[in-house]
Amino acid sequence: MKVPAGHYLILAAALFTTGLVGVLVRRNLIVMFMCVELMLNSVNLTLVAFSRIHGGLDGQIMSFFVMVVAAAEVTVGLALIINLFRLRASVDADDVHSLRS
Amino acid sequence: MAEFVVFWIMAPLALGAAISMLFMRNAVHAALLLVVNFFAIAVLYAVLEAQFLAVIQIIVYAGAIMVLFLFVLMLLGINREEAGGGALPRQAPVAIALGVALFAVLAAGVASPFLSAEDACPTETPAEGQPVAAPQSDGGCAGLAAVNEEGNVRAVGLQLFTRYVWPFEVVSALLIVAAVGAMVIGRKHEAPEDLVDQPANAMPEPRRDGPGPAPGESHGDRADTERITKP
Amino acid sequence: MEHALTPPAGSVIQLAWLIPVIPALSAGFLLLAGKRLGKIAAPVAIAAIGASFAVSLLVFGALRAEPEHERTFVVHLAQWLDIGPLQVDWNLLVDPLASVMLLLVTGVGTLIHVYSVGYMHGDERYPRFFAYLNLFAASMLILVLGESMLTLFVGWELVGLCSYLLIGFWFERRDYAGAAKKAFVTNRVGDVGFMLAMFLAFSAVGSLSFTQVLPAAEGLAAGTAVAIALLLFVGATGKSAQIPLYVWLPDAMAGPTPVSALIHAATMVTAGVYLVARMSPLFSAVPDVGMVVAWVGALTALLAALIACVQRDLKKILAYSTVSQLGYMFIAVGVGAYTAGVFHLLTHGFFKALLFLAAGSVMHALHDETDVWRMGGLRKHMPVTFATSLIGWLAIAGIPPLSGYFSKEEILAAASETPGAMPVYVIGLVVAGLTAFYMTRWFVLIFLGPERFGHNIHPHESPWSMSGVLAVLAVLAAGGGLLNTSAEGGWLHHWLEGSVVAFHGEVHPLGHTALIALAMVAAVAGIAAAVALYRRVDAQGAPRFPGWHRLATNKFYVDELYQLVLVTPGRMLSDALSVFDRRGIDGAVNGIARGTAGLATLGRRTQTGYVRSYALATLLGALLIAGLFYAGSWAASAWIG
Repeated sequence: MKVPAGHYLILAAALFTTGLVGVLVRRNLIVMFMCVELMLNSVNLTLVAFSRIHGGLDGQIMSFFVMVVAAAEVTVGLALIINLFRLRASVDADDVHSLRS
Repeated sequence: MAEFVVFWIMAPLALGAAISMLFMRNAVHAALLLVVNFFAIAVLYAVLEAQFLAVIQIIVYAGAIMVLFLFVLMLLGINREEAGGGALPRQAPVAIALGVALFAVLAAGVASPFLSAEDACPTETPAEGQPVAAPQSDGGCAGLAAVNEEGNVRAVGLQLFTRYVWPFEVVSALLIVAAVGAMVIGRKHEAPEDLVDQPANAMPEPRRDGPGPAPGESHGDRADTERITKP
Repeated sequence: MEHALTPPAGSVIQLAWLIPVIPALSAGFLLLAGKRLGKIAAPVAIAAIGASFAVSLLVFGALRAEPEHERTFVVHLAQWLDIGPLQVDWNLLVDPLASVMLLLVTGVGTLIHVYSVGYMHGDERYPRFFAYLNLFAASMLILVLGESMLTLFVGWELVGLCSYLLIGFWFERRDYAGAAKKAFVTNRVGDVGFMLAMFLAFSAVGSLSFTQVLPAAEGLAAGTAVAIALLLFVGATGKSAQIPLYVWLPDAMAGPTPVSALIHAATMVTAGVYLVARMSPLFSAVPDVGMVVAWVGALTALLAALIACVQRDLKKILAYSTVSQLGYMFIAVGVGAYTAGVFHLLTHGFFKALLFLAAGSVMHALHDETDVWRMGGLRKHMPVTFATSLIGWLAIAGIPPLSGYFSKEEILAAASETPGAMPVYVIGLVVAGLTAFYMTRWFVLIFLGPERFGHNIHPHESPWSMSGVLAVLAVLAAGGGLLNTSAEGGWLHHWLEGSVVAFHGEVHPLGHTALIALAMVAAVAGIAAAVALYRRVDAQGAPRFPGWHRLATNKFYVDELYQLVLVTPGRMLSDALSVFDRRGIDGAVNGIARGTAGLATLGRRTQTGYVRSYALATLLGALLIAGLFYAGSWAASAWIG
């Protein structure tokens, strides 16, 4: 029984969609951030699957860098969220609407 | 065979955890479900002949990033999320519909060329001397058996320090910058002048139904500019 | 018209441009600095018009020195328009016709300027009055001296403006301001005719200069010539108060009396007659139009005379009299007797100005009383005014040997000489009788009979600045007949030979005894009837013909007719247009603004301020792009495959 490579890609697409819908639907900033991480992971999965398809390691290297950058991004992002919480005592995305016309 | 079994256990697990994450009221529960998701993906990496990445996934993502998330969640006590559609009542159905559409596009566009049976990747290393099947543009799978001959870690390390050494160095600098930046942003401010906002506005206003600024909100925004321009 | 020449070097004719320019400069100066000059404004203005008169005399003398038939000069001043085929320059046409008009305008103008010193004494806008008078003089002189129809039209329009300014001089009274507006608007209607005539003339001849249009007049196509002549006459009816555009002149009595004398007796209203006389080659080429002119003049004369018989306002009587006498002038130029028309223009200028100034003198003495039924017996109190008015009265009634007799005789004779104009002659005769009647009524009710003014009014003679002018004008009114009555057929007739077309009948003022007898009978009958009726009356009695009396007192309801037919629909139209402008045009513009604002408000709703909605929009966009991308590639592969 074989697993066609496309199945991994479909799984990755589903995870990406889930993460995306999560960003749009959830209001808690930290949960939104976590959904963004989910999206990044799905992209990593796609890259690794394609590296296997093409028989080279480029996909995996790219995936590696994505992880590193994601780590840096989470660091700074969470620091910002903490700051926002200190100022507004809320991490609800709908409470941040100063640019409303 | 083994790949088949592992895939069909881990894939539903990963997807299920991800979807459940959307429905969790409690943010900590959501974070834990995401950890499960990451573990499942790590297993899938291992199956996909990316063993190095599988371990890195566990160490960095599940072990560092999610721990960071949980630290913040528990430190600040931001657990509950208010029920209801919030300020945008029709957001959820539209988002789900568009998401499904996006999934369809991605599946059809990216995944569909690789769905037939020949696209399964070879799991055994080819015999000595036999050429590796080259992948066609719309099908076939080459497999990483040849590349991973002396071990995936070794192969990745070689690539990382020869062909990709320049991005590697840049990314290390990026990590340092991120660390310093996070320290600067997240430090406790002693002087009130460092605050951009008024302390009085730190409490969120009661939510009004429908569009429109919350009472006193625009007030505070003007106060922002006053504050900044004051000596 | 005789051939035009350039003036000889060193001749004073070269300086003819001073004639309109000096009063114009004086007017500008007085308008700017008048307030500071106060009383000195009057001598400045009088000096300006007097200088014009002096130069006019010199130009007249220079023309006389030139040989006969070589007296038409064009003085080139500056280039004005040079637009493709249209070339109009600021040129002056100095010829015998222009020279007599110049003398009339500047001479009578100077006298009236002097009169105004006394009459307008104490008025708060004293300097401005003199500025306007000078401006009027300059405008009229431009009209007279213009070498091109367009230059004449410039002066034509300017005198219309000055008429407006002067009639409405006491604009604080709304009816005075209304009279000024009425004058200007009615003139404007006539000006449209003038403009159309200019367009036609230019398209037919290719030029607007008199030196080119008049020689080409005989060669014009019949229809074009008729059209141009009729349109010019329409313009003339506006300026010279003939049917149907005469309605402004009686109302124009709202202006100060010197204004009435200068503008509405002697000069501005004669511009129409001058125009027809100047264009005599054209009118002679189309005698049918001439008959139309003569008929209109005759009917106007009759109508105005009838109305004048029952008026109570002494100036209004004179105003209708002016309309009537202008009708006589148009009878003359209509039948082709241009010299007779100009002759009557001159004599009328003298005696009508005299009568108006006398009326002003009477008003001055009776504290601005205008109702003749509240005057009477002023002979004893104002002897100079009485004597001069006597002369003016006899002149206008046509009693020899005063000037009016000669000029009126010529006109009636010319009318009787022209084939097909006998009805016109009859009407003219009737009007002569009526003129004698109503002018006698005027004279008797003011100067003779019992005193009907209030006991607290003590009339006295006017100061010398006013009565001196009356005396000078009386001399002119008495002796003006000499202008055209020498034995060899009239000096004026010979003088104007080169400028206007000669009359084809035989005009001998001392022949035709039957005509003279008839005219005398009419005049004497009119005088006798008026004397009998009004000699010793204390107050106005019941009218003998109540129906006619009411008709005439209400001016035959012409004003009311115009109001109904023209003014009210015009106002309704302008109201409708104003509504259209406010709602339609402004509405469209404002509507665009409102629409833009509405669209913007609609667009503002995308700026929700919520990150999540922005993210949703981004997803939508990404979906579209991905869809397009893949659709393209699928289509490409389907097409390739």
